[in-house]
Amino acid sequence: MSPQELQVRQKREVEKQESTAPARSFVPTADIYEAENALTLVLEMPGVDKGNVEINVEAGVLSIEGRLDFSKYEGMQPVYTEYNIGNYRRSFTLSNKIDQDKISAEMKDGVLTLVLPKAEEAKARRIPVG
Amino acid sequence: MYHPLDALFDLQRALESRLDSDWLRNATAGTGAFPPINVFQQGDNLVAILEVPGVVKSDLEIQVKDNAIRVSGKKAIAYPEGVSLHRRERMTGSFDRTLTVPMQIDPDGIKAEYRDGVLALFIPRAEADKPRTVAIN
Repeated sequence: MSPQELQVRQKREVEKQESTAPARSFVPTADIYEAENALTLVLEMPGVDKGNVEINVEAGVLSIEGRLDFSKYEGMQPVYTEYNIGNYRRSFTLSNKIDQDKISAEMKDGVLTLVLPKAEEAKARRIPVG
Repeated sequence: MYHPLDALFDLQRALESRLDSDWLRNATAGTGAFPPINVFQQGDNLVAILEVPGVVKSDLEIQVKDNAIRVSGKKAIAYPEGVSLHRRERMTGSFDRTLTVPMQIDPDGIKAEYRDGVLALFIPRAEADKPRTVAIN
């Protein structure tokens, strides 16, 4: 079996710009999967240090922001480019089945993993057929 | 006064103006091949920056031959068993890309740094390749 060749997908820009800043933001690529006890959200934010990630839950909306330390680019002149860089932003509407106080986050190799534990009453129950 | 977001905007514009410039001509497979590469000039030297989020450092291999730098590796995602996928945007697979730079480089002087899913290659120009001023007698 030959391994799948990776292709590049262009970064998607955040459409609704709410800030007054001229700089553009990008939507991080995401995976969402569900297990019995929790939902897991995985977001790719290359170049973002774990200290520059902000996660907020407000009115049932989970928003994630990753800021880039672009000071590293100082004194460098681009000669050939294939991608743009910028801060990352994405939000998700949470169902009330999530225990919003117990959300945990981990950042590794530019990938943010958020674990959203399900609230007790939201866990699946097996219903016996009588 | 220094405005970080203005500085970012300027950088974004500079990056955009160089999108697919013909500086590398046919020396790379071009847009579409993973990982995407940006190349910068820093004084006499070059810096190539590649985005490889989720790739483990030990799965990255860098080789240099003459003025060609080859970056290969694989990106794997292990989903826990028994989960149901609601959304799957991230991609997995192997990659192998060669960047040929249009100048002589010092292969022993190349440094690679991997941090937060970003690989930076610092490529020094060979001493013999640097322009020299010729004195007129």
